[in-house]
Amino acid sequence: MSLILERVSKVVEGQTHIQPTDLELSKGTMNVLLGPTLAGKTSLMRLMAGLDVPATGRILWNGADVTGMRVQDRKVAMVYQQFINYPSMTVYDNIASPMRLMGIDAAEIDRRVRATADMMKLGEMLQRKPLELSGGQQQRCALARALVKNAGLVLLDEPLANLDYKLREELRAEIPRIFEESGAIFVYATTEPEEALLLGGNTATLWEGRVTQFGPTPSVYRRPVDATTARVFSDPPMNFLTLRKKGGRMLFGDKQDMPVLDALTNQPDGSYLAGFRPNHVELERKRAAAMQFDTILNVTEITGSETFVHLGYGGERWVGLVHGIRNLKPGQPLAVYLDPAHIYFFAQDGTLVSAAPYAKAA
Amino acid sequence: MGKGFRINGSAVVMGLYLLFLLLPVYWLLNMSLKTNTEILNTFSLWPNDLTLNNYRVILTDASWYMGYVNSIIYVTMNTVISLAVALPAAYAFSRYHFMGDKHLFFWLLTNRMAPPAVFALPFFQLYSSVGLFDTHIAVALAHTLFNVPLAVWILEGFMRGVPREIDETAYLDGYSFTRFFTRIFMPLISSGIGVAAFFCFMFSWVELLLSRTLTSVDAKPIAATMTRTQGASGIDWGVLAAAGVLTIVPGALVIYFVRNYIAKGFALGRV
Repeated sequence: MSLILERVSKVVEGQTHIQPTDLELSKGTMNVLLGPTLAGKTSLMRLMAGLDVPATGRILWNGADVTGMRVQDRKVAMVYQQFINYPSMTVYDNIASPMRLMGIDAAEIDRRVRATADMMKLGEMLQRKPLELSGGQQQRCALARALVKNAGLVLLDEPLANLDYKLREELRAEIPRIFEESGAIFVYATTEPEEALLLGGNTATLWEGRVTQFGPTPSVYRRPVDATTARVFSDPPMNFLTLRKKGGRMLFGDKQDMPVLDALTNQPDGSYLAGFRPNHVELERKRAAAMQFDTILNVTEITGSETFVHLGYGGERWVGLVHGIRNLKPGQPLAVYLDPAHIYFFAQDGTLVSAAPYAKAA
Repeated sequence: MGKGFRINGSAVVMGLYLLFLLLPVYWLLNMSLKTNTEILNTFSLWPNDLTLNNYRVILTDASWYMGYVNSIIYVTMNTVISLAVALPAAYAFSRYHFMGDKHLFFWLLTNRMAPPAVFALPFFQLYSSVGLFDTHIAVALAHTLFNVPLAVWILEGFMRGVPREIDETAYLDGYSFTRFFTRIFMPLISSGIGVAAFFCFMFSWVELLLSRTLTSVDAKPIAATMTRTQGASGIDWGVLAAAGVLTIVPGALVIYFVRNYIAKGFALGRV
């Protein structure tokens, strides 16, 4: 089983929603589409499902061209962000309906409905109507309907986005288990980098209708191919700092300069982009090699046990995530420290020059 | 002053309102239970000489009761045809974008802006020349001109409230369009179908001009029968009043059954 997208693109009323994309999803893999809103996650998913016909390119399923095929014949299952069930049917009939259309015999349908409902903890709810269920149960009902027909391709379009925090945690833990049992190709769209990391598998990062990188999730996270991917796959987004390399020095605007780091020693002189994740910003010097930046603190946000610090450094805006509750006054200068091991370097056009040393080691 | 003398203002207003509203209906009922002599010669708030004879005339005389039968036949035909046409049309308007869709949607409504009298002459001439004159289907078709736009307008509002993702999920589950439409979609908008059917029924039931112009004997509606009841001895007031009462009954019944749906229809702002 495999799904291959060959130069697939989508154009709506002259606007390109999906740039020509090549993607190969193989049997039994969990694939995460990660990108901000309007990045094209849903558009790409609709193309995979066959709900939309691509402007160019082909879609191959198990080697056969399925571009433009009726969705009824595609054996694809999809779960939307909104809880979509058939409100006039009971939960039992909802789950049974795809199998009834396949002409499976009643005893087998009954067995599979009950098995799936138990797995989704809907066993008690089978005779209720979907609108009499809580949001989490409604979405589990939709998931059950998608899984029960053993589709080879299961598309989950931000299935947890409309659930409250607790339910989301609960379902998120279940999805990898369900996926293991099904053996299908799962495609999971999300806006949250954390969710991608928890689900594992492969991740495709999307930005403005383009897949910027596709590969195993941890390696996309650790070694983003360009600055865009790094920005998408980091929450809050990765911080950037433009610098000029000149001889043995790195110049940060006209404010500050320091000796060049190992990663850049063999690179030609010129402009580079240094990137670092918010959780690597430190307020204390922990290593002698750490670089100090004198910033202005704009805002602090305290989230229980952690503090977000919004910093200004020259024209750059940074976000740092530090442990503990810090009582810092906005508007004051604040010295922050960066371990050179946590710094990525990108060329001026955004391509990765050197991944952070800590990521290479992992 | 004791408590018993306090006047409940809203109850008084409501009472007066109901009194004025129901007075004509009561007077009709009152007349239908009197003899002609009593109607013409005395003023009485209730029948002194209660009689059901007027109703007996209507229910035994074919020229009277066939009026009801004819009306019910063409009203039913009209409601079925209107809904059968309006359901797919409303679905198309709610789900697809095509060139001029908004103009077409508005144009449908403009059909209701002309008075029926405008169409009486062309319909009469057209139906006479194709041999449809004085048939039930002629009246039913003529009324669709007004009912289909209204039904499309109402149904579209209900259909737009159903997320498109339900359609797509059904197709992904393997439903064909017809199966999806009848099994999943129509139950979802059943209240809308109820409201649309009610308005089709209502308009067709009360419409007089077209139905009278397009029929003579075989398909003559009850409203037309009532306007032609002048005998040699003058107007038969009692029988006419009884016919009126019987004409109100079907409308009242239908209203009773769809009253909850109508409220929903108003809430959607389309009725």
